[in-house]
Amino acid sequence: MSILLDRQTRVIVQGVTGREGGFHTEQMQALGTNVVGGTSPGKGGTEHLGVPVFNTVADAVKATGSNATGIFVPAPFAADAIMEAAAAGITLIVCITEGIPIQDMIRVKDFLRAYPQARLIGANCPGLITPGQAKIGIIPQRITSPGHVGLVSRSGTLTYEVASALSAAGMGQSTIVGIGGDPVLGLTFSDVVQFFEKDPATTHLVLIGEIGGSDEEHAADLLAKGSRLKAVAFISGRTAPEGKRMGHAGAIISGNRGTARSKEEAFRRAGVQVAETTDDIVGMLR
Amino acid sequence: MKLLEYQAKEVLASLGIAIPPGVVARNPDEAAAAFARLGPVAVKAQVPVGGRGKAGGIKLARTADEARHAAEQIIGMDIKGFKVPLVYCEAALDIDREIYLGFTVDRDARANILMLSAKGGMDIEQVAEESPESIARLYPNAWRGPLDFELTQLVYDAKLGDIARPLVALIKKLYRAIPEYDALIAEINPLVVTGKGDVVAGDAKLEIDDNAAWRHRDLEERYGGVIEGDPYEVEAKKRGLTYVSLDGDIGIIGNGAGLCMGTLDLVQRAGGRSANFCDIGGGAKAEVVENALAVILMNPKVKGVLINVFGGITRGDEVARGVVTARDNLGMKLPLVVRLSGTNEEEGREFLKRNGIEPGVSGWEAAKKIVELTRAGAPAARRAGS
Repeated sequence: MSILLDRQTRVIVQGVTGREGGFHTEQMQALGTNVVGGTSPGKGGTEHLGVPVFNTVADAVKATGSNATGIFVPAPFAADAIMEAAAAGITLIVCITEGIPIQDMIRVKDFLRAYPQARLIGANCPGLITPGQAKIGIIPQRITSPGHVGLVSRSGTLTYEVASALSAAGMGQSTIVGIGGDPVLGLTFSDVVQFFEKDPATTHLVLIGEIGGSDEEHAADLLAKGSRLKAVAFISGRTAPEGKRMGHAGAIISGNRGTARSKEEAFRRAGVQVAETTDDIVGMLR
Repeated sequence: MKLLEYQAKEVLASLGIAIPPGVVARNPDEAAAAFARLGPVAVKAQVPVGGRGKAGGIKLARTADEARHAAEQIIGMDIKGFKVPLVYCEAALDIDREIYLGFTVDRDARANILMLSAKGGMDIEQVAEESPESIARLYPNAWRGPLDFELTQLVYDAKLGDIARPLVALIKKLYRAIPEYDALIAEINPLVVTGKGDVVAGDAKLEIDDNAAWRHRDLEERYGGVIEGDPYEVEAKKRGLTYVSLDGDIGIIGNGAGLCMGTLDLVQRAGGRSANFCDIGGGAKAEVVENALAVILMNPKVKGVLINVFGGITRGDEVARGVVTARDNLGMKLPLVVRLSGTNEEEGREFLKRNGIEPGVSGWEAAKKIVELTRAGAPAARRAGS
């Protein structure tokens, strides 16, 4: 069992003929992901990495019945790519692209209101993986293993770090979701936690948050209402100086909200254990 | 990119918003000349931070000598870490009332928010805390912007109905900063109502989304470079790196913002202080690592460097090759700890070992190691790559 993605999910890759898109499509295929096609305007009718290439997502959906997409197109075109996927009826949209202007994403979020069945992950995220079954994005499968820990994270590399430690300790993962670090993004911690709550295969939960915004606080409030999952949270950026941007446009502290302390306290109040370093997570989860 | 007041006002004026007559002065003579042209002026420090008034960065000048003297005092002054490069001399306004008007991104709502309050001029955050009901709010539609009737409601909600017409017109102009300039903040505080009933921007804050810089090259050309930034941050930007200067002595390189922030946390926990944050991002290539190391080594305070890379797109062997090449090219003699994991990590670790760099096992181990090496004093600190 898993959330959002499994072996049956019919995946296309937007930007399949690009360097990153191509490289990661191969990685996705190597895991056994059901990649049914890709898009690249102007290259429709050709084949790439053994799958048909289409000019548009609508063409791809019509021909392949695809219901999920991984977006690897450059930032100036990424917002349009997300909306194109939603309009074509895709229900799981994973946008890996980094550096999308915030105003573009605000318009995307508004656009997506008309497509409630479309779930967006990202942008600026590593995507998601259901170990042993399928992945959309760039999470290396080598560091994952099938199991019962649900992992949701705002940071790409910290996700790998934790997944790797979990796997090494024999604690496999049901699904790993990197929601991304941008201030305006698709699924939030709360959304993903709700999916994990409903997944019988998931028994444990790891949340990896970051300073900025209050999505972690909202997830903590949700968990405080009662959860069947044994959860551990970790927040990075506790030593980041106030007002300094740390790469993620999202990691900006404003007032008391969004500080590492406020997030850690919210989790503790919700009965969620808070790890000091990522190395501590495995031990606390046992 | 945060625009300076005079730059933001030029942009507002181009959108049709009234601004007081003003002149930029780079030296006391120019400030005196500004007085000759404008009469009594406010001499205002141009820095990209708030609180300059309290820091002594704004002075009123009633004579040419006062203007000259004010400029003398203010130019070169340090305000919250920024050296004031120039002043903006602005004709004093006949103020009847001061209003707050601002657009910003409400990240929880994933939308732009427009705020309007009759209680402008003072610290709006204090107003927000003490009397939140005195700030009227509107989330304009992301595609079409605010409509007239929505703004009219907003203006009446803010108890500013007596100037509804000019205010609605002005807010629509300010809104254009969002679609046309990718503004993350477009704020006028105070928005001044003059004795004659004109509505004029007393101050202006405009922050442009760096992710959208490619759409606004003209702004960078026109307004970039006025503020002398942190030299390492400036150099890092030239080399296309995400870099923030901090005040410690251990250089940090990591891939991914989260991991990099996590590394700062680990170094502090191990008893050290980081000199910087440097995210080499996904897909970091050898030359990117070398660029990052070069910028970090520019800082004479740096006593050692910790590189923490966990691969997704990033390939460990490439990072290792980059680290060794960079160390050799730069003739680096300081302690260097490299924590490497992820795609092709074995090849990467092997390569590091062959070249005299002991790879760290976990981020925490590596952090403790670099803190120990930089603290150990001269003998250890002189050895390269230990």
